[in-house]
Amino acid sequence: MNDLREDEKTISRRKFLIRMMKAGASITAAGALAAFLHDKKAPSGYAGGEVVQIPDFSLEKDARSLAIVSGENRKLTLEKAIDALGGIGRFIKKGDRVLIKVNAAFATPPVLCATTHPDLVREMIALCLKAGASEARVTDNPINDPASCFLLTGIREATESSGGKLILPKSEYFKHTTLINGNLIRDWPVLYAPFDGVTKLIGMAPLKDHHRSGASMTMKNWYGLLGGRRNIFHQDIHNIIKELAMMVKPTLAILDGTNAMMTNGPTGGSLSDLKATNMLIAGTDSVAIDAFGSALLERRLSDLPFIQKAADMGVGTADYESLKPVRITIN
Amino acid sequence: MMHNTGYKGLKIVTVRRISQIFFLLIFLWFCAVSTFGIEFWQLRNWPVNLFLNLDPLVALGTILATRTLYRGLLWALVTVILTMIFGRFFCGWACPFGTMHQFFGWLGNRKRKAADVMARNRYRKGQNIKYFILIVFLLMAFVPLNGSVSLQSGLLDPIPFAYRSVNIGLLPVADNIFHFASVTPRQYEHAWLIGGIFLFLLLMNLVIPRFYCRFICPLGALLGILGRFSIWRIGKTKPSCSNCKLCEKACEGACEPSDKIRISECVLCFNCLHVCPDDVLRYGTSESKAGEITNPDITRRGILASFLTGVLAVPMIRIAGKIGTNWHYRAIRPPGALPEEEFLRRCVKCGQCMRICPTNIIVPGGIEGGVENLLTPVLNFRSGTSGCQINCAACGFICPTGAIRPITISEKMGLNEYAEKGPIRLGAAFVDRSRCLPWAMKRPCIVCQENCPVTPKAIYVKEFYETVREGNYEMKEIRGTALHVEGTRMKPGKYATGDYFSLIRDQRYRITENSEDTITLEKAPEDMVDITLSERMEIQIRLQAPVVDVERCIGCGTCEHECPVSGLRAIRVSAENETRNRERSLFLRKR
Repeated sequence: MNDLREDEKTISRRKFLIRMMKAGASITAAGALAAFLHDKKAPSGYAGGEVVQIPDFSLEKDARSLAIVSGENRKLTLEKAIDALGGIGRFIKKGDRVLIKVNAAFATPPVLCATTHPDLVREMIALCLKAGASEARVTDNPINDPASCFLLTGIREATESSGGKLILPKSEYFKHTTLINGNLIRDWPVLYAPFDGVTKLIGMAPLKDHHRSGASMTMKNWYGLLGGRRNIFHQDIHNIIKELAMMVKPTLAILDGTNAMMTNGPTGGSLSDLKATNMLIAGTDSVAIDAFGSALLERRLSDLPFIQKAADMGVGTADYESLKPVRITIN
Repeated sequence: MMHNTGYKGLKIVTVRRISQIFFLLIFLWFCAVSTFGIEFWQLRNWPVNLFLNLDPLVALGTILATRTLYRGLLWALVTVILTMIFGRFFCGWACPFGTMHQFFGWLGNRKRKAADVMARNRYRKGQNIKYFILIVFLLMAFVPLNGSVSLQSGLLDPIPFAYRSVNIGLLPVADNIFHFASVTPRQYEHAWLIGGIFLFLLLMNLVIPRFYCRFICPLGALLGILGRFSIWRIGKTKPSCSNCKLCEKACEGACEPSDKIRISECVLCFNCLHVCPDDVLRYGTSESKAGEITNPDITRRGILASFLTGVLAVPMIRIAGKIGTNWHYRAIRPPGALPEEEFLRRCVKCGQCMRICPTNIIVPGGIEGGVENLLTPVLNFRSGTSGCQINCAACGFICPTGAIRPITISEKMGLNEYAEKGPIRLGAAFVDRSRCLPWAMKRPCIVCQENCPVTPKAIYVKEFYETVREGNYEMKEIRGTALHVEGTRMKPGKYATGDYFSLIRDQRYRITENSEDTITLEKAPEDMVDITLSERMEIQIRLQAPVVDVERCIGCGTCEHECPVSGLRAIRVSAENETRNRERSLFLRKR
C-alpha cells in the first residue's frame, strides 16, 4: 500500500496539469460533437431529391412534316426521306452535338429486326457529321446486358466505324426527373448524362409488335431512357407512352418499317415473325409516324390508345394525311 | 551449382522474384480480362485458364473422378515432369497464391528479430496436415463406396482458390468502381465468404509465413510427394556447419535446410543458398551430406484417419439425398452443365464461369443445395442484368474441366442439327398466381411475356375481362359519349388508362376518361334510345394474364429477372424439366 502511494506521489504538478488539460479538451470535443450532430426529430424517410428536365429538341412546334419512303435498302430510304423533309441541313447545323436514341433492347442480331438496324445508325451518323455536327452520340438503356446488346445488334460497330460515339448506360449516368403535368413520371431515374451538351435529338426505332401496348414504335422507344424498375409502368402502358412522348421532344424521329415484326414482339427471334413491309417513315411528328406505323403493322388505332392520348396532349396528330406526307418509292 | 561466393551475376533469388512477380501479374491479368467483349484486353484467346491447366491437382482430381483428362488439363504434365526433375518449383516460382502468401509473410517479418523469424520458420509437425487433406480429397474423388464420388479438392486447391477469390471477392470491387466487366454493378452471392476466407489466410502469414502453403495446401502436398525423388535438390556439402540457422531464418518452406533437409517441404525459394556464411548449401544433384528426409512426415494413424474420412465423406454427404429425390430446385446450373452426378465429379469451383457470364447471373451456390453445392455455379435471376442470354454460351467455353461442356448456339437454341433434340432447358418458369399483378391484383402487366426470348414465346396470355371492385353503377344519363352514373365516386382518371371498359347490355365500350361521376366512352353506345335510365352497367378491366407453356420454356430466367414484383418474384424458374437430368423432366416423354 505504501509503495503505491509513493508511486502516485511521483506525478509532478506539471504532468498532472497537462493531463487535466488533455482530458478537458477531449471531453469538450466529444460534448461539442454530440451537440452538433444531435437530431431531435426522427428521420423523415425518402423526401425526394434534385430533379432534372430533358430539354426540348423539336424544331417546328406547329408545322410538322412527314416523309414515307418505300424501298428495301435502308441506307437509300433514309437518305431519300431526309431529302424529302428538306435535307439534313434543316435539322443539323454546323457544330451541333447530336444524340441518337436507338432501340438496342435485346442482344439479338440485326437480321431479327428486334433492334434499330445498324445500317440506319451508320447512315444517320454519316449524315449528321456531313452536315457539320461536331459529335454524334448513340445511346440506349437496353433490357439485356448493355455491352452484349450493342455488340450483337451491330450498333456498336456501326457507331464506331462511322465516327459516332457509343455511350453505355452506366449507373451514375441516371438522374431523377419529373414530368411537369405528368402523373407517372415523378422523381424517376432517366438516362440523363448522354444529354449533356447535346443540341439535337434523333429517335430511331424499329416497327414491332408489342403485346401489352399493341405496338412498339417511335414513342415507345423513349422507354429505353427510363431507369430503375421501369417495368412497373406496364400497369399503365398507354399513359406512360403518352408521358414519354410529352417528356422527350426529338428533332427528328425515324421509324424503320423495312421488316416489320408482326408477331412474337418485341423480342421476335425468328425470321417468320417478320414481314417485308419495305417502308421507312421519318418526320417531326411522332404521333403521325406511329399512326402510320400501326397501319403497316395491321393494327387498328382504337387498339393503340396511346396514339390518341399523345395526340390529345398536343404531341402530334394521328391524322397523318393532314401533314401531306411526301411519298417516294425507290425501285 | 550456385552459391554466394565468387558469383557476381544475377542472383538466383532475384530471378525467382522476377518469375513470381511475372506469374502473379499474368494471373491477375487473366482474371481481369475474362470478361465478355471485343476490346483487346477482353477475352480474345488469352490463355485465361493457364494456371488451372498447369495445376496437377485439378488434373489428378478429374482423372480419378472421371477417368479422363479434359482438354487443356494435359498441360499439368509439364508441371509434373518439371517437379520430378527440379522439385516444388511451382510453389516457389509460379504459384500466384504462393507469391501472395510470401509477400504477406515478408511484410510480417520485416521488423522482427532474427531469433523470432527463425522460430516462426521452423518446421512444425502440423505441416503434415496438408498431406491428409490431399488424401481425403483424392479418396473422395476416387473411391465409389456407394457408387458415387465427388471432386471437392477445388475448395482448398490454391489455383481454383486464387481464381475464385480474385474473380468473386476482389475484382468485383474494382468492377463496381471502374465498370471493368460491365456497366452495371457486378453482384455475387457469398462473395463475403470467399473474400473473407481469402483475406484471413493472407493475414495468417503475419503469424506464420506461408501458413497456407505449409499447413493446408493440398497441391503443395501433391507436388511434395512428386518432388521426393527430384534430380536436383537443396543440400549441404558438409555434414556439419557453424549451425547459425541463418538459412532457416530465410526459409520459405520451413524445411530445415540446416539439418536433415525435408525435401517434400522445400519450395525452392533458394534463399538459403545466399545467406549461408559457411557456404555449405548447394542446389545440385548430390545428396545432402547432413542427410535428407524425403518422405512427408505422415504417421500411419494419420493415414488411417484420413483414409476413413476420405472413403466415408461422400456417402455421408449423400445421405441428404441432394442429388437424389431431395435435390434443390433452385440449384439451376448454367447451360451445358453435365448431369448433377457427373457435374460434381468435375467442378473445381474456380469461378471462371461466374466471371465471364456477361449477364452476371452465374453465382457461387450455398449449402441449401447440399454441402457439395457450396461455391459451385448456380443461376440467380434476381441479380445480374438479364436472364441467361439465348445466344451466349461463354460459360461452357471457359470451364476448365468440362463440368459445363462447351455448346454451340445451335445446340443451345435447338437449331439446325439439334432441331429434333430441341433447345437446352435450364429449368421451367412457374407463375405464382397469388403474386402476379394480373392474376392476383387485377392490374395489367405481362412484362414476362414481353421479355420471353423464345420464339414463339413460351409465355402466352389468357385474356379476359373482369369487373372491378365497386364497379357496378347505375346509369343516369347518356349524352353522346358521356355517361353519367350513380354509385361509388370514382377517382378522376382512374379508368382512363385504355384498359377499362364499360359493359352496357353485353357490349363493351372502351373508357377514355372519367370524372367522379361521369365516364367518357370511346364511342357512343349504339341504340341507346331504348336504354332505360337506372339500368345498370359494369366497369371492367381487360386483363392479359401470363401462362407458361412449359414445353417451350427454356428456363432462361429473363421473365423472373424482369418481373416487377421485386421481392419474391411472381414468376420464378426452378430446375424442373432441365434437359441435363432426365429424371427431373415434367412430362411423360413419348418417343
